[in-house]
Amino acid sequence: MTDGETIRAAFKGTLGKFSLDAGFTAPAKGVTALFGPSGCGKTTVLRCIAGLLRLPDGLCGVGGDVWQDRDGAFLPTHKRPLGYVFQEASLFAHLSVRRNLMFGAPHSEGDAGRGRIAFDEVVELLSLTALLDRAPVKLSGGERQRVAIGRALLSQPKLLLMDEPLSALDRATKGEILPFLERLRDRLSLPIVYITHAIAEVERLADQIVLMDKGRVIGAGPLDELQSDPALPLAIARDAAVTLDGVIEKHDSGYGLLTLSVGGGSLIVPAPKASTGEHRRVRVIAGDVSLAREPPGLSSILNVLPARIVSATPVEADEIIAVLALGADGSGARLLSRLTRKSWEQLRLAEGTSVYAQVKAVALAPGRGELG
Amino acid sequence: MLGLPSDIWVPIQLTIELAAITTLSLLVVATPLAWWLARSRAAWKEGVAAIVSLPIVLPPTVLGFYLLILLGPDGPGGAIASLWGARTLAFTFTGLVIGSIVSSMPFVVQPIRNAFAAIGDRPLEVAATLRASPRRAFWTVALPLASPGLLTGAVLGFAHTVGEFGVVLMIGGNIPGRTRVMSTAIFDFVETMRWRDANMLAGGMVVFAFAVILSMILLEKRFARARA
Repeated sequence: MTDGETIRAAFKGTLGKFSLDAGFTAPAKGVTALFGPSGCGKTTVLRCIAGLLRLPDGLCGVGGDVWQDRDGAFLPTHKRPLGYVFQEASLFAHLSVRRNLMFGAPHSEGDAGRGRIAFDEVVELLSLTALLDRAPVKLSGGERQRVAIGRALLSQPKLLLMDEPLSALDRATKGEILPFLERLRDRLSLPIVYITHAIAEVERLADQIVLMDKGRVIGAGPLDELQSDPALPLAIARDAAVTLDGVIEKHDSGYGLLTLSVGGGSLIVPAPKASTGEHRRVRVIAGDVSLAREPPGLSSILNVLPARIVSATPVEADEIIAVLALGADGSGARLLSRLTRKSWEQLRLAEGTSVYAQVKAVALAPGRGELG
Repeated sequence: MLGLPSDIWVPIQLTIELAAITTLSLLVVATPLAWWLARSRAAWKEGVAAIVSLPIVLPPTVLGFYLLILLGPDGPGGAIASLWGARTLAFTFTGLVIGSIVSSMPFVVQPIRNAFAAIGDRPLEVAATLRASPRRAFWTVALPLASPGLLTGAVLGFAHTVGEFGVVLMIGGNIPGRTRVMSTAIFDFVETMRWRDANMLAGGMVVFAFAVILSMILLEKRFARARA
């Protein structure tokens, strides 16, 4: 699959009282998160992409393949090269784990080609070795979901659809599965459309995001762009944050600090040792970023970055969300800062003002490995 | 055979033969019907379900009467019989099989339909997302998952066929060696005051019925444990 390929989906119709009119285009690589509150139509869109649900006014295709068009073309689900992971693992109760995994695997050796996902690779990736000969009823919730993911992968999909694969799991089990999903994303060149209503999962996994609300798409694009768009609910939410992709510049083992270069500046993050040049995803919460007109003097804050105010949006009663562009010339990555209207007026800040952004805390997302 | 007089042994043999053929035929006919009843969204399917269930409430004599007309020389049964030069299907073993299929149908369709319905859409959707055609999904997912229902249906169908009396008497006519099965043989023994023989068959059927019901309960328990 070449980089220029896209996932196209647009569906319109009513289901009972619910009306859906949602369309998006996303690059057919990395993780595209379909994000929105419960009941906004995410699952309906995913079921339409899979062909499990047929809305006559629909359009769906991946790369050069058309799965549905408005002239009546509709490929049934079993002829679409996709994998689908449901909210509940839905393993076949009458088959062992091994036979569940092999259910969708192509039988003919002719399919063995480049990019094929091998049985041993999936077993290793998802740590399934010890489970292979067990019955699904003997597995824990997290184990079941891992088997379901492996089963979908072994059907050799060109697109993996995941419908809140973690939502039926308890907190500890979620934490157990997330690293597997990250390995999946980093090791396989398989585009994934991932539904969730948990922003934490989006921040950890997504490259692109499609924001949905009440059956409509209200924004779609790269994660960092949408996070810093004050017209969208993400930026003005109480827990607003941006995720930035950083390249490791150096590691200070004396203090256990990593220096990451992000567009327009660099950030210092407490982290275990890692090699220079690797990519790391960092998360900066809007409430952890304060602004100063002058370079601050001695301070315990490690990260002070020159930036320029791009926009300011009043939120709630007396607060302002400012979008910052890093770098003295304001050409770098975007950050959000949440400050009071009082500070805003006292510092006489305005759009275009050059400021120093003081970042109190930077959290490191787990490694993306070399693939970045 | 087994030291039994032939007028006891032959009805036993005939009953087992009838029940076995009926059960196998029912599995072939009732499974697709139950699948359709469980999966179809057609509004009129409950009408079909009601017709299939009629033998549960109809007096066997009513069912037997209409079957007699249908199987007789002037009904479709007569036309079919003429294919091999016979005049009628009434009072024949073939006619008994057809009658038993109709009268035992609801006991087989119902548990299989329930089993298919209990599977729900999800496993079939999963199968479709794993490239399984609807046909493959039916054979490799729906049928194995519904197997407890199929087994229940088969056992109930067999047992009900063994126990059928009214329909068999109406369309079979209790002809020794051809249509005299256990239930009608008991009636005949009682009529001719052969209490000992009647008791032997009747007692055997009580034991059989007890064994069937007990094994069903135990099987269901085992399935419930395996899938819990």
